[in-house]
Amino acid sequence: MTSAPSNGPSDSDSSGTAPCTFPGNLSTLAVHAGEDRQKPTHSLTDPIVCASTYSFANTQAVIDYIRNKERRGEYGRYGSPNEWAVEKKLAALEGGEEAIVYASGMAAIVGLLMAKLSAGDEVVFFDECYHRSREFCTKHLSRYGVVTHQVRACDYDAMERAIGPKTKLLVSESPTNPHLSVVDLERFAGLGRKHGVDTLIDATLATPYNLRPLAFGVDYVLHSATKYLGGHNDLLAGAIIGSAAKLQEVRKLRGILGGINSAHNLYLLERGLKTFELRMERHNRNGQAVAEFLANHPRVEKVLYPGLPTHPGHELAKRQMRGFGGLITFMVKDADWRATADVVDRARIARIAPSLGGVESLIEQPLVMSYFEVPVEDRKRFGIPDNMIRLACGIEDTQDLIDDLAQALQG
Amino acid sequence: MSGERHAFRTRAIHVGNERDPATGAIVPPIHVASTFVLPGAGEPSEFDYSRTGTPTRQRLETTVASLEGGCGALAYASGMAATHGAMLLLKHGDHVIAGTDIYGGTYRLLHKVLVSSGISVTLADTRSPEALEAARRPETKLLWLESPGNPLLSITDLAPCVAWAHQHGMLVGVDNTFASPVLTRPLELGADIVMHSATKYLGGHSDALGGILVVRDPELHRRLHYLQNAVGNVLGPWDSYLIQRGIKTLELRVREQCRTAQRLAEFLASHPRIERTLYPGLPQHPGHDIATRQMDGGYGAMISFEVAGDFAAAKRVVEGTELFQLAVSLGAVESLIEQPASMSHASYDRADRLKHGIRDSLVRLSVGLEAFEDLRDDLDQALRKI
Repeated sequence: MTSAPSNGPSDSDSSGTAPCTFPGNLSTLAVHAGEDRQKPTHSLTDPIVCASTYSFANTQAVIDYIRNKERRGEYGRYGSPNEWAVEKKLAALEGGEEAIVYASGMAAIVGLLMAKLSAGDEVVFFDECYHRSREFCTKHLSRYGVVTHQVRACDYDAMERAIGPKTKLLVSESPTNPHLSVVDLERFAGLGRKHGVDTLIDATLATPYNLRPLAFGVDYVLHSATKYLGGHNDLLAGAIIGSAAKLQEVRKLRGILGGINSAHNLYLLERGLKTFELRMERHNRNGQAVAEFLANHPRVEKVLYPGLPTHPGHELAKRQMRGFGGLITFMVKDADWRATADVVDRARIARIAPSLGGVESLIEQPLVMSYFEVPVEDRKRFGIPDNMIRLACGIEDTQDLIDDLAQALQG
Repeated sequence: MSGERHAFRTRAIHVGNERDPATGAIVPPIHVASTFVLPGAGEPSEFDYSRTGTPTRQRLETTVASLEGGCGALAYASGMAATHGAMLLLKHGDHVIAGTDIYGGTYRLLHKVLVSSGISVTLADTRSPEALEAARRPETKLLWLESPGNPLLSITDLAPCVAWAHQHGMLVGVDNTFASPVLTRPLELGADIVMHSATKYLGGHSDALGGILVVRDPELHRRLHYLQNAVGNVLGPWDSYLIQRGIKTLELRVREQCRTAQRLAEFLASHPRIERTLYPGLPQHPGHDIATRQMDGGYGAMISFEVAGDFAAAKRVVEGTELFQLAVSLGAVESLIEQPASMSHASYDRADRLKHGIRDSLVRLSVGLEAFEDLRDDLDQALRKI
């Protein structure tokens, strides 16, 4: 939005210890950024432009478009008005120059990896990550001659040792999924700068409300916008945010590969973003309260949540995050996989489903949902015990969620 | 999920949004079918023709009924269609009492449309028992209330009005659009019908039109449903879906909007270019004590004020904001500003407008979700243009 007031960052809402500041007017940006104040037909909200192609007044207009490279619709695969609005809004929320949206989170990371890596190049990953990201690198990028090194999450020395002359990209999530380890973004971005290698943080679990990777010098932020950004469990989308210069070739390749999103989805994403700040406040509050409840429950062996003082990354998380999100991983005490599944099955509010970040709470057992056919030794290596439950707190009433878990654990 | 034992916010997300049994989808599908295949000729089915009902509309109705504490709800194509849906209960010769501080569209429906069906109306200050009693006739069948009122934010004490009306055999309808069920639930205060322009807080994103009636009595529900099906002013599936999606953040939005509105009202009340600020959350507001009792933890997000000046001065203010957008409607994430005399209440006759206290210098705000500081600064710069 051209007339957005006080666009600049302010630290009025930040925790004080954070090295980067969070915009005090995130909600104003969430409602207005990226949209023209005066829209076609003067409608208050953006129209859904679902055209697959865009017409030109005459031949001269086509020639002008090719020469001047002005932003306008040409063919749907190259971009559309709903996409531009969402991209500008996401860039504003993340404090980045430019955003590119994709059909899904996976389409986004694949789009970036395909654009940035060529045969012979190497990429280094922290190993705690979404299993499909790992699968794409090890099974598919390898087919194009790209070498993937996985090192233990948060082992910065191991990551540095893995960096070679052909390394082009360092990748991590923060917090990681499902272990919720917190990556020190200053060290991570520092490694990239020291060795002249680009860095990518998948901040899906944190969102720009809680973490601002670009402020630490990270080059690319990745989001599965299906999660907190869309927020209503009713659309798939992905996004990459970074500098215009670094994203230019990424956008071009997307136009070729075609992993774009539809106008209908993008409208729902834009609509979801309008309540982004409110929802995140509530996710954070529910996450913290439920994690504390679980940590004190006799049937719970261990809780992984960065907001708990017992979490190994707690001090770091407090320093670099504003809040800790709605995702909690915990282990049921003395439970085998079946007894753990019973807890999941007894939940009445949280529903059994993959995904996270929507208004509805979701619950799942990673062993069953994501690693059911993975050999036991591999599950051990990835840190997926049988008694692990992943709970994505929605924005329901806090006490209702706690009461529901209490009865589910009691059974 | 059985639901009723859960908190408002939890019900807003889950009641009416049960897991789809056919696909397991966490968000129920949008059923766009205009008609439904029947099990056999003349055999009853839950859904037959979409004017009568659709799964998507029914889910929205279930959610809103739970939030308002009703036995059932009916969704209409717009708030006015819902109001009309309730007025269809009336017949030739009946009389209606409505408040003086009501939506201009309701005023128009009563005075310029229903009047031709032989239904008469008297507007009364619903804050005054004497005024109500003076308006009552033997043939008065319906009392129509709005609290807070539009655009003067007058507060009507609903429970005693309802008791008085029931004593005289009237039905009571309450337009609860401004308060939303987050703050006020009129059925709990005895009202028979609650009406919402779901376009406003329920939908909340300025992108769907809709109206809702909620009732306590299954027989009244059946009668209204019969009339709705006969007249056909129903809500379509796409808008039903968008409104239901909006309701999932209803409580978060309304509470945040109330907090911002309270701070803005306090700022405006001490502003030198403003003569009078009307907001129930201000202690000097005549309805403040009733609002504190009747509204649950907030005073709404609508503020009206009279600028120190005339029609032109108010026009300059509403045209001078950058963040507040000049548009009718309210209740959404975007803040809006308008001049009732030229916009939302232009359907009143001017003399009637003035009689009911709607001056040319009146400005009405709908406070959205933007940051308080941004909204305050925007109003301040616009007021300096007077």
